[in-house]
Amino acid sequence: MLKKAQALFLRPLGAVLALVSAVSSHAESAASQLNMPQGVTEVSQAAYDIHMVMMWICTVIGVAVFGFMFYVMYAHRKSRGAVAENFHENLIVELLWTIVPAIILIVMAIPATTALLKVYDTENADIDIKVTGYQWKWQYEYLGEDVKFMSELRTPQDEIYGREPKGEHYLREVTEPLVLPAGKKVRFLITGNDVIHSWWVPDFGVKRDAVPGLFTSAWAKTDKPGTYVGECTELCGSGHAFMPVVVEVKEQAEYDQWLADKKAAAAEYASTIGKQWTFDELMVQGEEVYNRSCAGCHAVNGEGIPGVFPALKNSVIALGPVVEHLRVVVDGIPGTAMQSFADQLSEVDIAAVIHYERNAWGNDVGDITQPVDVLNYKQAK
Amino acid sequence: MAHGPATLADGWVKYASRWLFTTNHKDIGTLYLWFSFAMFILGGSFAMVIRAELFQPGMQLIKPEFFNQMTTMHGLVMVFGAIMPAFVGLANWLIPMMIGAPDMALPRMNNLSFWILPFAFAILVATLFMEGGGPNFGWTFYAPLSTTYAPDTVNYFIFGVHIMGASSIMGSINIIATVMNMRAPGMTYMKMPMFVWTWLITAFLLVAVMPVLAGAVTMMLMDINFGTSFFDAAGGGDPVLFQHIFWFFGHPEVYIIILPAFGVVSQIIPTFSRKPLFGYSSMVYATASIAFMSFIVWAHHMFTVGMPIAGELYFMYATMLIAVPTGVKVFNWITTMYKGSLTFETPMLFSIAFVILFTFGGFTGLMLSIAAADIQYHDTYFVVAHFHYVMVAGAVFSGTAAVYYWLPKWCGKMYDETMGKVQFWIAFIGFNITFMPQHFLGLAGMPRRYADYGLQFADWNMVSSIGAFMYGAAQILFLFNVVRTITHGKPVDKPEVWEGAEGLEWTVPTPAPYHTFEKPPQVK
Ligand code: HEM
Ligand SMILES: [Cu+2]
Repeated sequence: MLKKAQALFLRPLGAVLALVSAVSSHAESAASQLNMPQGVTEVSQAAYDIHMVMMWICTVIGVAVFGFMFYVMYAHRKSRGAVAENFHENLIVELLWTIVPAIILIVMAIPATTALLKVYDTENADIDIKVTGYQWKWQYEYLGEDVKFMSELRTPQDEIYGREPKGEHYLREVTEPLVLPAGKKVRFLITGNDVIHSWWVPDFGVKRDAVPGLFTSAWAKTDKPGTYVGECTELCGSGHAFMPVVVEVKEQAEYDQWLADKKAAAAEYASTIGKQWTFDELMVQGEEVYNRSCAGCHAVNGEGIPGVFPALKNSVIALGPVVEHLRVVVDGIPGTAMQSFADQLSEVDIAAVIHYERNAWGNDVGDITQPVDVLNYKQAK
Repeated sequence: MAHGPATLADGWVKYASRWLFTTNHKDIGTLYLWFSFAMFILGGSFAMVIRAELFQPGMQLIKPEFFNQMTTMHGLVMVFGAIMPAFVGLANWLIPMMIGAPDMALPRMNNLSFWILPFAFAILVATLFMEGGGPNFGWTFYAPLSTTYAPDTVNYFIFGVHIMGASSIMGSINIIATVMNMRAPGMTYMKMPMFVWTWLITAFLLVAVMPVLAGAVTMMLMDINFGTSFFDAAGGGDPVLFQHIFWFFGHPEVYIIILPAFGVVSQIIPTFSRKPLFGYSSMVYATASIAFMSFIVWAHHMFTVGMPIAGELYFMYATMLIAVPTGVKVFNWITTMYKGSLTFETPMLFSIAFVILFTFGGFTGLMLSIAAADIQYHDTYFVVAHFHYVMVAGAVFSGTAAVYYWLPKWCGKMYDETMGKVQFWIAFIGFNITFMPQHFLGLAGMPRRYADYGLQFADWNMVSSIGAFMYGAAQILFLFNVVRTITHGKPVDKPEVWEGAEGLEWTVPTPAPYHTFEKPPQVK
C-alpha cells in the first residue's frame, strides 16, 4: 500500500523533475533520485521502512492540520464578514492534542527501536575489515589476510576545474574499490588517522564516524553483487568532497580469486623492493604519487598554500640532507597536518616522491633516493 | 522632560556620542536591529557565494579551501550575528514597553553588551583577510579539525566567540533582571505578553549554556597553545568529548533562536485574528517544557559517532518527545485564528508562513530523531533543509514579521503594504525553491559542506541556487521598504496602530516617545 501511494505521489514529481532536467543544460546528468534508497542490506531496508512510515505519518498530520488552517483562513476572514468570537481556552481539546500525539510517538518508538537494534547487531561477523579515514582517502585492511590498500579519488583535477569535460563517473570513481563477497556478514571497524571523517555507503545503511583514537563498528551483508558508491560525510578539510567510497560486491568465487591476486601482488612487490631505479623512472613514478597524495596541500607546483601549507619548492627540507626529508615523510610532523606516510605509501612510492620533490620545480639536488633507502630508514628506527 | 535625544541637527559629534554612550533601551534596541541586519546581509552574501559555486558541478569560482571558510562564516555570522542580536534588539525595544517599565534594569551594561559585539565580528571577519584564511571547520568546529589542523587564525575565532558569549550573557542577565523586578503594578507573571515569557525563558537558557560554549573554546585554546590534550586522542583526550560539550550548548542554542520567534508570532496572530491568544497558560508551560527538554537531547546530533545503544535509544526517545509541546504551540496558534476575524497584512502573512514552514521543519525534525533513519540523513542536505526551515522560515520570517508589525510604533510611519506583500511572496517562494529541493538532494545522498558533487545532483542544486538568489533579492526589497518607511512613510498617530492590537506598548503614543512609562501604568 505504501508502494502504491509512493508511486502516486512520486511519479508526478518525477515528471516535473524530468522537465527540469530537460531545461537545464546538463545533457549528461543522470535522472535525479528523490527519495532515500532502499539499498541492499537489512539495515538499509529497515532505515527506509521507518523513514517511509514517519514520512506518511507526518504527511497525514500535515494535511489535516494545514487543511484545517486553510479552511480557517478562507472561512473566517474579515472580508467575508467574519466576526471574532472571544474564547481562549478549552481544557478538553488542549488535553487531547497533548495526549494523542504522545500516544502516536510512543507507538512509533517501537519500530524505531527494532530498527536501531538491527544497526547495532555487529556480532558473529564472517569477515573483519578495518576502515581508516585519512585526509583525503580511505584505507582498507582485511584483518587476518595481510591485504591492505589505499582507495582515493581517480577523477582528474582537470575535470574538477572544468578544463576537461566531466566523465560519467565524476567524483564517483576511486583508484581501488573495497571488494566484498556477497552473502557474507562483513564487520567494519572504523577509525580515523588525522581528523574525523565519516564512512557512508547509503545502499548498505552504514554511516559511521571515523574518529582518531576510537574504533566503532558497523556491518553489512548483501546478496546482490554490484558497485555501491558512498561518500565522506564529516567535514574533514579541503578535500572533504573528494574522497568517495566505492564498494564492489562480488560472488564468493570471484572474491576469492581477487583476494588471491592481491596477496600474490603483495608478495611480488616485496621481492622487487631491492631493485635499483633510475633517475627518470623515479621522476615519473614520483610525479604521479606527488600529485595524488601531496598536491592537495603542497600544490601541484610545489608552492603550497601560503600561511597554511608550506612550499616545497626551494624549501630547506627538500634541498637539505635526505635523512631529514625521509623523517618528515615517513614519520610526519606531530601536531600538524603533515601526517606520517609510512602506512599510506609503499617504500617505492615514498622513495619516488622524495626523489621527485628534490628534483622538480627547479629543485635540483640531483641525488637518487631508492626504495631500499626507505626500508633501511624504517628498520633503523 | 529632561532632554531629548541628539539628532543630526545637533552636529555629528553629539549625534555619534548619543549612539555610543546611550543607555536608552530604545536606542540600544535600534542599534542591535541595524547591526543584526548588517550581519544578515553579510552572512547572506556568503551564502550567495556558496550557492553560486554549487550552481553547477565542478569548481568554478572558488577553491574548496575558501568554500569551507564560506560555509563556516555563513553559519557563524547568521546564528551569532544576525538572528541572536535581532531578537535581543526586539527584546530591548519591547520588553520595557510591554511590562510597563521605564527602561531596562541595567542600562549601562546594556550599552556595553551591544558595543562589544561589533568588535567581536570585526575580529571574526578580519580572519578572512589574514594569512591562512578564516575559520574553515564548520560552525560546529569539531576538534581536531579546529585544533591541531586549524589555521593559526583560530585563536582570533576563539577570542571572537568569547566576546559574543560575554555580550549574550550580559544581555540575558539584563532581561532577567528587568522582567523580574520592573513589571508595572498588577502585571503578574501570568499576565505578561507571550513575547516577554519566551524571552525570559530564553534568557535563562543563554545564561546556562553560553559558559559551556566558552568552556569548549577555552579547552581548544589550551590544546592549541598550551600543550593540553582535551580533544587529542594521542595525548589521552577524546575528540568525541568536544561534540558532547558543543552540543550541550548547541541544542539549547537552537531553542534560544526559536523561542523568541514563538513569542513574536504569539503577539501578531491574535492581533490580526482580532481574538485573544488561545491557550495562553498551556503556551507558557509548553515553552518551559521545550526549554527544559532542550538540555537533555543534545546527542541526537551524534547518532553516527558510535555511542552505546542505550545512549542512542535514550536520546532518540527524548528527542521524539519534544514534538509534543511543539505541537501544542502550533495547535494553539491555529485555534487562535479559528473563528477570528482575519486580515492578512504583511506581518500576518509572515506569521502564517512561519506556522506552516516551521511546522514543516518540525516534521523533518521528528524524522531526524529516529536514529535508524538518521543514519541515512545525518550530515546530508536533508539536515541543511531541516534547519533552514526552522531557522530561516522560523526565526528570520518571524523577525521580519516583527519589524513590519512594530515599525509604525517605533517610527510613527506606516510601511508600504503592497511592497511588503510583494516582498513576502518573493521571500516565501524563493525560500521554498531554495530549500525544498535540498530535502531530495539529501535523501538521494548528497552530503553537506561539499564544495563539489557528482552529476546526479546537478539539477536540484541548480534549482536551489536560483531560489537562493531570489530569496536574497527579497532582502534588498525589505531594506528598501524599511528605509523608505522611515524617510517617506505615511505618518500614523493612533496609539494602537493596528485594529485589535492588545498590550501596553500599544497604549503609548505613536511614535513611541524617547522615554515611556516614567510613571508605571496600572494593570488590571
Ligand atoms: C538567518 C538565516 C540563516 C541562518 C541562521 C542560517 C544558518 C545556517 C547554518 C548554521 C548552516 C550550517 C553551516 C555549516 O554547515 O557550517 C547553514 C548552511 C547553509 N546555508 Fe544558511 N542560514 C541562513 C540563511 C541562509 C540563506 C538566506 C541562504 C541562501 C539563500 C542559506 C544557504 C545556506 C547553504 C547553501 C548552506 C549549506 C552549506 C553547506 O553545508 O554546504 N542560508 N546555514
Ligand atoms: Cu538539536
